[in-house]
Amino acid sequence: MKPQVIRAGRPLTLELQEVWQYRDLLYAFIIVSFKVRYKQATLGILWAILQPLSAVAIFSFILGKLVKVPSDNLPYPLFTFSGMIVWNYFATALTQASQSLVHYSHLITKVYFPRIILPLAKAAVGGVDFLISFIALSGLILWYGFPISWRIIFFPFFSIVTLFTALSLGLWLSSINYLYRDVQYVLPFFIQLGLFLTPIVYPTSILPEAWQWLYALNPMVGIVEGFRWCLFGQGKIPALFWASLLMVSVVFTGGLFYFKKVERLLNDAI
Amino acid sequence: MSHLAIRAVGLGKAYRRSGEVRYNTLRDRLSHYFWRPWDLFRQTRSVLFWALREVSFEVKQGEVLGIIGRNGAGKTTLLKLLSRLTEPTEGYAEIYGRVSSLLEVGTGFHEDLTGRENIYFNGILLGMKRNEIKRKIDAIIEFAGIKDFIDTPMKKYSPGMRARLAFSIAAHLEPEILLVDEVLAVGDIEFQKKCLGKMEEVSKGSGRTVLFVSHQMNLIKQICHRTMWLEGGRLQAIGPTLEVVDAYEKALLGSLSRPTFQSEFRGKAESFYWYLLNSDKTPHTLCHLDTTEIAFVLDVFEPIYAWHYEVNLFDSAGRLLWSGWIKSLRQVLEPGRYEVIYKLPLLPLSPGIYHWRVILWGECERFVWECRPEFVVDVPNYQHFFDEYAGILNLPYQVKMNLIVSPESTPNLPTQPQNK
Repeated sequence: MKPQVIRAGRPLTLELQEVWQYRDLLYAFIIVSFKVRYKQATLGILWAILQPLSAVAIFSFILGKLVKVPSDNLPYPLFTFSGMIVWNYFATALTQASQSLVHYSHLITKVYFPRIILPLAKAAVGGVDFLISFIALSGLILWYGFPISWRIIFFPFFSIVTLFTALSLGLWLSSINYLYRDVQYVLPFFIQLGLFLTPIVYPTSILPEAWQWLYALNPMVGIVEGFRWCLFGQGKIPALFWASLLMVSVVFTGGLFYFKKVERLLNDAI
Repeated sequence: MSHLAIRAVGLGKAYRRSGEVRYNTLRDRLSHYFWRPWDLFRQTRSVLFWALREVSFEVKQGEVLGIIGRNGAGKTTLLKLLSRLTEPTEGYAEIYGRVSSLLEVGTGFHEDLTGRENIYFNGILLGMKRNEIKRKIDAIIEFAGIKDFIDTPMKKYSPGMRARLAFSIAAHLEPEILLVDEVLAVGDIEFQKKCLGKMEEVSKGSGRTVLFVSHQMNLIKQICHRTMWLEGGRLQAIGPTLEVVDAYEKALLGSLSRPTFQSEFRGKAESFYWYLLNSDKTPHTLCHLDTTEIAFVLDVFEPIYAWHYEVNLFDSAGRLLWSGWIKSLRQVLEPGRYEVIYKLPLLPLSPGIYHWRVILWGECERFVWECRPEFVVDVPNYQHFFDEYAGILNLPYQVKMNLIVSPESTPNLPTQPQNK
């Protein structure tokens, strides 16, 4: 039998096969987080729809009706709602992933498992909210009488890319947050800022042409445009989206290694 | 049986104790470097503290190894290294087989989930497979004895029920190697026996290897084939249980004259050290049922006015069994080291683990100390042999039964009441 070896100063490897070995636990974490998430709220899972819906109602009134922000030939509420649920998905996954290590620190000190399943599980729970609000969006689309195009098949692709983007930052932030709790105070501010640096309540087209390349470096720009493209056939995915995806991959890989490095120190740092 | 389960070679773990401050927030670190920029380029004066050093040993498959030693001797650090919770600083260990570690019972229990849901989560967390739990869940519920509450959220459970459920899950784990920290110290004694019985049964039956940390020498003697004694992070001895435990207890008695104070807490007063004055075994284990003297050391750093001192004795279920107090409403307790000695004609407790709590009341403040280690009572049990009929008092008694009236001597007396 091949032994499990515990050795001082072994090289930094990702050991991703461990995630597969512990898939039962990953699944259990997702189920438990999901069950607990809305347990105390009487409206329960409805909040996943009510939250973006109420934000959209406010934006539709102020920006859509009063300021008359254009919306790429789409009804403004539909335009904003489609962007908002994507953004919420990203924000929830990122926030939850960033807090995952701190949130489960009582387990980290007592039981061994590959810690990476914590941000994975937490981010995945945001996906459940996303799917539910997507059902609401589908209702809205039907109500407005939009046809569903074949491009809908790209919907899963963009969903996965959103999760991937959220995790690329989440891996970094969860480990940094464990060492310095400042992250949990700074992050909400950046998420709010990001909402306005992404075409959610306004279209990319209102920006000066000369600046659009810089704007497109934000990977969420391409993602939101991509969702609108596959849902409504409108908006275009900027060419630089692929460049920003490359950037995300680099950040993601770096995050994996950094996470693995911090993982070893978790129980020595407290 | 001669297959290896664990081989550790020169295992060591050092913690960095920096001479400087520890940073909790980025701001602290930034402001530190702002005021002392040269620190950025200087190796901070950190002192390495070796929690464990040069520990080498082998454990064979199916062996139950006890780990003993004082607080801070490195017992928990060793378990943490073997269960991969921290990385060793030097040396290595080879582990042959699936490991489950129980450093705490009920890890990951969630208040809002039902007992059944918690069994699944906790079981998977401790290394069971989903199918394995599905197969065992009825046995787990049965063993815990909480069948009626299994689909109620855990927040409605009493602490006792939680502990039973947690132990029951733990008892049904089937790893090849089980690492157990002093978790059995909680929960009621009856249930502990059940768990230990289960543990023994499994380790005998399927060749499971168990590493077991405990302060309870009677428990160690009962279940461990071999025992390892750690002292100041180093391996002092490893060998047959009786020899090692004996040597350890002699060493403990020898060092009694200079009690060590380990608490980090510094307030107006401090008290956590206690010992038995006339113990013939260890300073924290009571082995007889006659006059007992218990001493509590109290350090006072600042005068305390209108003080009142008391010690409370709790059993492992948290019931208050006895308290002894001294009161002085006007006088000042001046700084100094005090020793409070209680002399009891007897302490009729049944074997098990008990807990001392010291409380010092000041004019408008209260200091509470939970004493460590726990108070172990290892005396003959005179109680009923069924746990459910045993009470709190464990008194040696003599009993005789005299026939005072017999039908032969007074033939007119009816032998049975006549119900007519």
